[in-house]
Amino acid sequence: MKLKGWKEVTPGAVVTEGGSALKFKTGSWRAFRPRWIEENCIQCLFCWIYCPDMAVKVKDGKMTEFDYDYCKGCGICALECPGKKGNKAIIMEEEGK
Amino acid sequence: MATGLTLKELSKKEMLLTAGHRMCAGCGAPIVVKMVLLASEYPLIAANATGCLEVSTCISEYTAWKIPWIHNAFENAAATISGVETMYRSLKKQGKIDKEIKFIAFGGDGGTYDIGLQSLSGAMERGHDMLYVCYDNGAYMNTGIQRSSATPFGADTTTCPAGDVIQGKPQQRKDMTRIMAAHGIPYVAQASPSHWMDLMKKVRKALDIKGPKFMNIISPCNRGWRSRTDDAIMLSKLAVETCYWPLYEIENGVTKVTFKPKEKKPLKDFIKPQGRFKHLFSPENEGMLKTFQEMIDREWEALLKASGAE
Repeated sequence: MKLKGWKEVTPGAVVTEGGSALKFKTGSWRAFRPRWIEENCIQCLFCWIYCPDMAVKVKDGKMTEFDYDYCKGCGICALECPGKKGNKAIIMEEEGK
Repeated sequence: MATGLTLKELSKKEMLLTAGHRMCAGCGAPIVVKMVLLASEYPLIAANATGCLEVSTCISEYTAWKIPWIHNAFENAAATISGVETMYRSLKKQGKIDKEIKFIAFGGDGGTYDIGLQSLSGAMERGHDMLYVCYDNGAYMNTGIQRSSATPFGADTTTCPAGDVIQGKPQQRKDMTRIMAAHGIPYVAQASPSHWMDLMKKVRKALDIKGPKFMNIISPCNRGWRSRTDDAIMLSKLAVETCYWPLYEIENGVTKVTFKPKEKKPLKDFIKPQGRFKHLFSPENEGMLKTFQEMIDREWEALLKASGAE
């Protein structure tokens, strides 16, 4: 997005569009990438509630995928994932490998 | 109809803090805020004290908030939201608005314990119908980890660095939750994002109560705590289990511990993964570690006593 000049900025720099941060993608910050292994997923949604970046997509109460446009790769989801029978449903992998 | 407090039900609600904010990877604050916003059954208006949350969720032209949101200055989030709340009451009286709206102020520990304390105290005393949420990460993380009055004993920060002269912060942290309770307001609570259900129940309870409310929520900061980016929830859980951060509420003067760990873990479990306490594990600082544990024990016992449990 091109930055506006002072004449184009709203008075008081008020932002009139709620949630406009969505236009700013933070996925490029990521050094590690979470990978979802569906067969180990028990749909507890811990990944969804604990994600600081709202990067876990849920549909009809079920985790469907990661949103790599925004995921910063912190790894909280992978650490908190209980998995199934000791097998994690989320693992972190180094980007670019 | 109230949304059930299950993750499945909650996941169907609209997220009022969006992705694309620029908090660090693994920050605890957006987790805390999203839980607070998800818990609410009412339309919300929020004010924010200057701090990490404020600067990173609203960077020129972009906002991660989907609710009306105002930032004024560092010291006056509570005063600002009390003004908004007063205007709302006036408009309601004039018949220009009939919606039931709730007001929340968010501040970090710097904006709450130190810089915003007098305006917060004033707003509480005046009795505004508002909830103040402090996300406590225990230092001025936004400006580069300077000590605040929430910084725990022994923690290394850039303004109380562990070295030859001192071994981290020499003083004890301030008990903000009890200071707020001393205002005699109807509801004060302490929560942790690791115990999301407990946190959300407290937010719901608080919003249903008329008058000033205060919640203090621990918010791990991997940059300032010198820990891993994936351990925000793990550390906040350990903070609760070691009784470093007990979960309790004070409703109309009655103290209730809302989560009592089955087995109180040693404080070491919580501080060991954090680089800011690294120096406490060298042999010459054994005494400090002991002092720190005693402080936590004393606070926990006082809390149990206040709650009538012991």
